[in-house]
Amino acid sequence: MNEQVTYVYAVVRAAGGAADAADAADAAAHLAGVGGGEVRTVPGTRGTALVLAVSSVPEDDFREDALRRHFEDLDWLESVARAHHGVIEALAARADVLPLRLATVYLDDDRARAVLDASWDSFAERMEHLAGHAEWGVKIYVERRPAPAGPAPAGDLSPGRAYLRTRRTERSVRESVYRAAEEAAARVEAAGRRHAAERARHRVQQGQLADAPGENVVNDAYLVHRDRAAAFHDEASRAAEGLPGVRVEVTGPWAPYSFVTPPTGAASPAEEHAT
Amino acid sequence: MNGYGPSHGPSYGSEPLADRQVALIDLLDRLLSGGVVLTGDVVLSIADIDLVRISLRALVVSFRSGDESPFAGALTPRDGDADAG
Repeated sequence: MNEQVTYVYAVVRAAGGAADAADAADAAAHLAGVGGGEVRTVPGTRGTALVLAVSSVPEDDFREDALRRHFEDLDWLESVARAHHGVIEALAARADVLPLRLATVYLDDDRARAVLDASWDSFAERMEHLAGHAEWGVKIYVERRPAPAGPAPAGDLSPGRAYLRTRRTERSVRESVYRAAEEAAARVEAAGRRHAAERARHRVQQGQLADAPGENVVNDAYLVHRDRAAAFHDEASRAAEGLPGVRVEVTGPWAPYSFVTPPTGAASPAEEHAT
Repeated sequence: MNGYGPSHGPSYGSEPLADRQVALIDLLDRLLSGGVVLTGDVVLSIADIDLVRISLRALVVSFRSGDESPFAGALTPRDGDADAG
């Protein structure tokens, strides 16, 4: 009943591509992973440069039907997401990591090892590309502010015309706020072009969990080399300066969750540059 | 070394990275749409994940779905960085 299966967090490489990733990953061992299980490493059969960081989780919780049910339980999802992220963060502080999608589970370590072996080259290649970089999130919000102090007294305007005038005023306020947000977005993009290697777009945040004030209009992630991180952070953070009603929020550094695959349809940066 | 480090932003101070409480929605953006997708033994199929996304949509309407940025091509890595890859 209480069989254990292998939950895989990430592919780990010793920082700088040193030969042995196990030391780096071992630093994260003894961490509590998902469900409290201790994190350990699983090496591949092709060498020690890459290892998987894994922990054991109860099969009962990670069978397909259980997983489908759990994923609709926000408390469960949050606890797994935070545990997963905690392991990734601890690893990323010491080594290069290629995070795996949440809830990637194998029947045992050998099955996980087989996948590491099979994808070794592509893991190594992407890891090399990401080395030295972290992900930064940049979100732009527009203030949902009430229409400016009511329209001029309706005077002899009919109720219909007064309503239209109010709507017009509101619309023009909204439009100017959105124009300001576009300006902020342009500044962030310029900072990205100066300092970032890649950008990924997430959908704007809406719904119950999106509890930050304002309406989220941009939700992007940038892959930035550590040497450029301070400059990028600084420039992105100031992108809304002088733009009333617009707010920029920078999050990070994150492990490169949004950049584990090369940009779609992308040639190498050099080729892009050449065209 | 990697992209992490104390010099990355004014806001973290010496607080251990793992102790920073990130917003759940930012985390789910990354954990449900980012990360390497491997075919696990017990993992949900892609179709199931889509179902999960749909059922979660009221909570988390923020999944990257092939809407990769056309801008990616316009990003020119600074000199030298491109060679890291």
